[in-house]
Amino acid sequence: MTAPTSAPPAPSGPLLLDMQHIQKAFAGVTALDNASLGVAAGEVHALIGQNGAGKSTMIKVLTGAYRRDGGSITFAGQPVDFASPLAAQRGGIATIYQEVNLVPLRTVAENIFLGREPRKWGLIQWPAMNAEAARLLTELGIQLDVKEPLGSFSTAIQQMVALARAVSINARLVIMDEPTSSLNEREVETLFGVIRGLKARGVSVIFVSHRLDELYAVCDRITVMRDGRTVYAGDMQGISRLQLVEQMLGREIKNAGAQTGFVKHKGSAGAKPLLGVGGVVRGTRLQGASVEVGEGEVVGLAGLLGSGRSELARVIFGADQPDAGELRFGGQPVQFRSPSDAIKAGLGFCSEDRKAEGIVPELSVRENLTLALLPRLSRAGVVDNRQQAEIVERFVASLGIKTSNPDQPIRELSGGNQQKVLLARWLAMNPKLLILDEPTRGIDVGAKAEIQRLIGELAQEGLGVLMISSELEELIEGCQHVTVLHDGKTVANLAGDEISEAQLLHAMAQGLEPEDMPRPPTPPQVRA
Amino acid sequence: MLSTNAKADRAKRTRLLSTLSQYGVLAALILLIVFGALRYTGFMSEYNFSTFLRYNAMFGLISLGMCFVIMTGGIDLSVGSVVAMSSVVAALLSPYGAFTALLGAVLAGALVGLLNGWIIARLGIQPFITTLATLLGARGLALLLARNQGGVGVDTSNTVFTWFGQGDLLRLPVPGVMMIVAFVLGAVALRATPFGRHALAIGGGEDASKLMGLNVGRIKLGVYVLSGALAGLAGLILASQLGAGQPTEGLGWELSAIASVVVGGTLLTGGTGSVWSTLVGAMLLGLIFNILNFENGKGIISLSPYWQSVIRGGFLLLVVVLQSRLARQKGRS
Repeated sequence: MTAPTSAPPAPSGPLLLDMQHIQKAFAGVTALDNASLGVAAGEVHALIGQNGAGKSTMIKVLTGAYRRDGGSITFAGQPVDFASPLAAQRGGIATIYQEVNLVPLRTVAENIFLGREPRKWGLIQWPAMNAEAARLLTELGIQLDVKEPLGSFSTAIQQMVALARAVSINARLVIMDEPTSSLNEREVETLFGVIRGLKARGVSVIFVSHRLDELYAVCDRITVMRDGRTVYAGDMQGISRLQLVEQMLGREIKNAGAQTGFVKHKGSAGAKPLLGVGGVVRGTRLQGASVEVGEGEVVGLAGLLGSGRSELARVIFGADQPDAGELRFGGQPVQFRSPSDAIKAGLGFCSEDRKAEGIVPELSVRENLTLALLPRLSRAGVVDNRQQAEIVERFVASLGIKTSNPDQPIRELSGGNQQKVLLARWLAMNPKLLILDEPTRGIDVGAKAEIQRLIGELAQEGLGVLMISSELEELIEGCQHVTVLHDGKTVANLAGDEISEAQLLHAMAQGLEPEDMPRPPTPPQVRA
Repeated sequence: MLSTNAKADRAKRTRLLSTLSQYGVLAALILLIVFGALRYTGFMSEYNFSTFLRYNAMFGLISLGMCFVIMTGGIDLSVGSVVAMSSVVAALLSPYGAFTALLGAVLAGALVGLLNGWIIARLGIQPFITTLATLLGARGLALLLARNQGGVGVDTSNTVFTWFGQGDLLRLPVPGVMMIVAFVLGAVALRATPFGRHALAIGGGEDASKLMGLNVGRIKLGVYVLSGALAGLAGLILASQLGAGQPTEGLGWELSAIASVVVGGTLLTGGTGSVWSTLVGAMLLGLIFNILNFENGKGIISLSPYWQSVIRGGFLLLVVVLQSRLARQKGRS
């Protein structure tokens, strides 16, 4: 498995966009480190990377949403420095976001012409505007009633209206951020048709997606980012799926073992089943996902970004309701209507986004730790302070939480210690099963090993752990089983010696072969 | 395609609802007129028509301004106080000529609107709080300008000034004519000018509008100035009708205006709006009071005027509850 060299082959035409040596840091944390991106005129360019690899930062630096700390951007032969996304748009770079940035309540024609409506004596010329909008859309191969409100059309159509708007304001580069994430197969095809049309007109496209098969279907060249750097740039056809996944995850073949803090216990062969999830379907994101966790087991949930890992976790925890599928917990079929049902049954869930969904930054360590426990700690609505203090003291000591005192605001703690407090919050509830979504992301190496060791120990004491992770070492060294998801479907269940880097990579990438492509069964009609 | 369909459904539902309530309110208005015509003698008289229009034109004017503000997702609570303040300004200026008074009253209202708009658009303060503050401020100014007396007398020798509120033009009451002209202009502005379309767009998605290069700040400033100016015009009419600037009048008028807009089917969340439905809503609310007066006149029941607010409030609640129930039912099917 030799990775292609990172020396990018020269693109066919002259570069329309050339970003070089881009540096960007947030509060001392490096987000982009000497990153580069080159896009030729009339080229569809894939930009991929795992979460936190720096794709979005790169795009935001380009469009002026962020100021860069260093490096140069050349667009259409001129050095540029856009002050805002609006300025970038005026300069010829349009961004089409996942959540379409148009006004759903207004008509299609208005959305295309908002801000530059054809006018006569100050009055908007509706017939001219509608005719022109219809003409623009027909050019993109779409026919619809432009007098209807935009919101009455599917996301796919809305995206294409956004494209029509971009083209009509003479955008030379269109950035599409995961445009296909909520589209069905037919809509994706229509979108690709439009993208090919743009290409024929000499418009360049930066295409951000996690669906590799789509990249191969529509992109000419590709840039892979990892840890804020550009690790690969080259022709799309010159790199295999497996090599792509390797580049994204940063596999440098090392001797296995001793990379994480996990001490893997053998796990009794017939662990008592704790959680059983079968054939979960929800929207387009989950298309038959299954996973089993036994008592005292650490089960890994692997898959590329967008494979449905977090979505599955939310369904298990009762935060989302599945359209189909069954859930068993402790041998009984269950249906959690809300997270509080799941918590009562003995589940805990540490979310991936610690800041947004976990900690309350201004509250103290003590309050954060006992937040979920408060109902049990209070009598007649009054918190039992002594009992609370005892619990906090116990967990601070047993998990080794480094804090000056329990009343210190949690925001002052390091990421690793914040994560420990969150772990303690759930452990204090005496759960039977803990779902951890990327438990060691954004935590420094030392604390990472400590948390990993802790997870292993907890499992040994009988706790079932379902761990979502993008780090292969963590999955290989920490888990008794690993379930691999792709496009919302379970594509592999690995156990024991099967859990190896090669097998995992193979499972993640193999799921991408066309015959395995799970797609929504009945796509609604695209009006195109 | 769950999310997409849901989104499309929601947009359709919103549209259906607004059309439904639009025609529903119009139907209610017509029914009420037919009811009144059949039940009360003198209901269809020119006198009643003229009196009705003379009084309710003021509510129509402030409702029109409110409609534009609500379309952008905002609210203007200051209009009632602004009516009172402008009425005092108009009365004070009446000795200096009718058009000076007209200009002064409208300008005074527009200034309060400018302040509202500036604070909301440039400083990013919530419209509710901002206009609540100017509600208090404008009321205080009205009392100050009136030197704490009950009212400021109008120069009665100024016949043109009196004509603004009490006169007729082509056999129509002048305030009614002003209102109709304002609504026609408002409808054109909403339908065919960038100002109107952009106001709607901002209410439908402010961030998106900003990204599309719309001057969100200027449009917002514009709707509050418009609302203030129309309230100022209503203040002029009030002073002319009462023959005095009344610093304590206009109490709670902002709520009547909001009710008219909402009853007309405009969503408080912004992004939709119809000028004509707002007019229908304002007339409907006025008519309820008119009918009540006639009912009292028949002498069978006797309802105190305070029932006016109770009934208006009840009616508003009814409409809002019906709207949300309709929405929920549509959601289920």
